Amino acid sequence: MKQIFALLSGLIFGFGLIISGMSDPAKVLNFLDVFGTWDPSLAFVMGGAIAVTAPGFAWLTRSRSRPFFDTEFRIPSRTDLDPKLLTGAVLFGTGWGLGGFCPGPALTALPIAATGTLIFVPFMLAGMWLARHTPDLSMPLSKGATQ
Amino acid sequence: METEFTPWLSLAGGMMIGASAVLLMATNGRIAGISGLTSRIFARSTDGEARGVSALFVLGLLLAAPIWLVVSGEWPQQWVPSSPVLMAVAGLLVGFGATYGNGCTSGHGVCGISRGSMRSIVATGTFMAAAFVTVFVTRHLSGG
Repeated sequence: MKQIFALLSGLIFGFGLIISGMSDPAKVLNFLDVFGTWDPSLAFVMGGAIAVTAPGFAWLTRSRSRPFFDTEFRIPSRTDLDPKLLTGAVLFGTGWGLGGFCPGPALTALPIAATGTLIFVPFMLAGMWLARHTPDLSMPLSKGATQ
Repeated sequence: METEFTPWLSLAGGMMIGASAVLLMATNGRIAGISGLTSRIFARSTDGEARGVSALFVLGLLLAAPIWLVVSGEWPQQWVPSSPVLMAVAGLLVGFGATYGNGCTSGHGVCGISRGSMRSIVATGTFMAAAFVTVFVTRHLSGG
């Protein structure tokens, strides 16, 4: 059952990206171009998503001790701001600004098979693989400081 | 190139994304973070069940546009930058950065902010700022 809902969630997410315009890099790049051909639409995507997710998550974790078809809510518990988080965010944002794709829209647009997407996705997967095999360069520093 | 301002469609699509995130949490107890789910499909450390759920979610994403084509008769409208070098660099940065920084637009931007996570709020502010600066540089400073 949980597998069916995982597939269904992915489908709904994909349709949401298409309907909202987020799967179109032209709209994303225009959203980011405040001093040019600005298209504020994506602020509405973010707003709409958070307006549903925030009360939804709050209601779920308050009213239930576990998910319907699984044993636990896997919610990240970290609260520290480490250099890895910030480095990753800067690199991610730069790539997003260059190509107009973040991971969800890129995968959703993959079957449309535009040349740019067919290049972007394999390199994105390679980047993910690389990041998983890159040691945390700031570790020796933080270890010395906190442990 | 101009694009049409679509507040209502964007709001509706955004709410669908939110509904998907709530549905995945309600049924599977997992954050709908696309970079996390995608990288977990290929990671050796992932257990079989997590791999299956992640793969099915991504399969759903991949099926959305083809179903759209069948129902409406045309692909969703889009324009994708075509420079191979630009898209290769962009893909590498997006994949590496999202995994290294523990999340992307969905995991930090939607789910993290919805939980009130300080890490996600800071990450989202940081990648938005980097993206705005990048577009400003490529479109207004480098003559492109």
